[in-house]
Amino acid sequence: MWLRVLFILVFINHSTLVSASDGEWSGYIAAEWRTFFESPSDVAQHGDTTSLSAQAEYYREWEGGKKSFRFTPFVRVDGRDSQRSHFDIRELNWTSVHDDWELTAGIGKVFWGVTESQHLVDIINQTDLVESTDGEEKLGQLMLKLSFTRDWGDVDLFLLPGFRERTFPSAVGRLRSIAAVDVGHAEYASTQGKDHIDAAIRWSTSFGDWDVGVSHFSGTSREPRFRPALNGGRSVLIPVYETIDQSSLDLQATKDDWLWKLELISRSGQGDRYTAATAGFEYSLYGVFESPVDLGIIAEYLYDDRKEAASTPFEDDLFLGARFALNDEASSELLAGMIVDLDNSSRVMSVEASRRIGDNWKINLEARFFSNIDDKDSLVSFENDDFMQLELAWYF
Amino acid sequence: MKLISLLVVSVLFSSPFVSADSEKKGLAIAVEVDKRDTGFGDTTANMTMLLKNRHGQESTRYIRLRTLEVEGDGDKSMSIFDRPRDVKGTAFLSYTHKQGSDDQWLYLPALKRVKRISSRNKSGSFMGSEFAYEDISSQEVEKYTYKYLKDEACGVDTCFVIERDPVDELSGYTRQVAWINKKEYRPEKIDFYDRKNTLLKTLTYRDYQQYRGQFWRANEMFMENHQTGKTTLLKWSNYKFGTGLAARDFNKNSLKRAR
Repeated sequence: MWLRVLFILVFINHSTLVSASDGEWSGYIAAEWRTFFESPSDVAQHGDTTSLSAQAEYYREWEGGKKSFRFTPFVRVDGRDSQRSHFDIRELNWTSVHDDWELTAGIGKVFWGVTESQHLVDIINQTDLVESTDGEEKLGQLMLKLSFTRDWGDVDLFLLPGFRERTFPSAVGRLRSIAAVDVGHAEYASTQGKDHIDAAIRWSTSFGDWDVGVSHFSGTSREPRFRPALNGGRSVLIPVYETIDQSSLDLQATKDDWLWKLELISRSGQGDRYTAATAGFEYSLYGVFESPVDLGIIAEYLYDDRKEAASTPFEDDLFLGARFALNDEASSELLAGMIVDLDNSSRVMSVEASRRIGDNWKINLEARFFSNIDDKDSLVSFENDDFMQLELAWYF
Repeated sequence: MKLISLLVVSVLFSSPFVSADSEKKGLAIAVEVDKRDTGFGDTTANMTMLLKNRHGQESTRYIRLRTLEVEGDGDKSMSIFDRPRDVKGTAFLSYTHKQGSDDQWLYLPALKRVKRISSRNKSGSFMGSEFAYEDISSQEVEKYTYKYLKDEACGVDTCFVIERDPVDELSGYTRQVAWINKKEYRPEKIDFYDRKNTLLKTLTYRDYQQYRGQFWRANEMFMENHQTGKTTLLKWSNYKFGTGLAARDFNKNSLKRAR
């Protein structure tokens, strides 16, 4: 239904337009190889795997960009895990820009927040967890977004129909909970189930060195809680999507070489109201060792007042990271980081590196190591999932 | 030995001569350069960057630029990257200020994320090229102190040769020597001296074209790094003036949908 409305909108727009740009396609095709350093916790889980992914974007604009249409399909075919193989429409939307307001209708992607180690405030889009455990890959979200620009800041209003369930690896997949998530039997707290229409509002502005955003979201939680159950004799986790209200603040102060960052949320609807926060800094050193290399030092504290009962593994943790930008023709970059649980010393280490080859190719390396994981830490299910992946992408 | 002492003597004795008068004249030239480029309102242009290393290997970047003149302060600008293709859609918003540090935001299209970034990286390379951020950012009079050195022939015309010293201690340069066309008050060539005061780079402006009967824009800017042998050629095309851009085209919302 919503899609039909969108297509009609787009169609009407097409037929009444005068000055249109040529539409253009761009995107990438990538091959990924992932190797695991240990045998899996569960014998059913696979070992090394290869997969292919592709994303294309079609963009067309009219009236010098005042009206635009965007379509971004994404697909992955995974050699081992059928649930990691998936297709998603990341974007399919139409935007109309006016003097001090703009409207976007359709499937879109929105990012809120400032911190690096986790993204508490970012809530509009569902996490495409099978893509990456870092939570930065998102599924397309159907939305009606109205934005106003005023002297005192920008206001965004969202209506979000068509809830998307989080993606999870299948029982043969790696980087999953010990009991696999049974995605086919998700439950909803709201009687409307996944048809509940969510809403959100955000105010954001910059004054001097400060960038600030205050948001409120009311609707189905993107993050489920889990109910253990049996399915065909196997223990599974049933995702339960509750209705929540989340108020949030994100703040960044850009003071010379220091970026000071804070993300703070208060959420109700999943048990007692709780507060979670990420706070820290990024300090940049330019041209280190008399070379063109820039080095960024990142430190963030991750807090959740539910402590051990938190739905995330990061309730009293410290993130330390170093970002190297080589500033060469190949745009070579490396980010190495570690999250340490301050209570039980569980550690997650990660390395992400990338470099362009020629004009159209790019190679990405990613590795994650889970070490010293405490039995009570929710990361214990990833204990034997240390991995490294190489991706070669061709851009068009 | 004799030569060195001669040098020392000449340096010692040359300083009194470059005092008040030459500073006044240098500043007056810079002010006139700025004045003649005032009133352009807004511009859009396409830029191709051709990077070449000393082995002759080349790579190319395509960038589109939008600039808005701000009365009483530095310009606002937006750069949109078209190539290399892996950074396509990345956009950079900058508010330059006559005094104090600039405001800069970067838009990362894969995450749809707008990041406020530190503007302290003056001397860093822009997109792996031989242009530093401070070379391509809006050139405000207040960002340097000036000394008039001499007049010298430059091509068919005559140039003022002025020295300009960056005010900002974060600059990668101790000084720049600029050849300013006496008739049109536009730069023809700039020598950049690094922090050790050794000649680092030379920027040459080529193929100037006048727009709206006033504003001179070079179709090519060639930067040569004398220390590494690398070069970057900026080719400008499709210059447009007075396109109707306004402040609302230079905010975070317009950054997110920049194409």
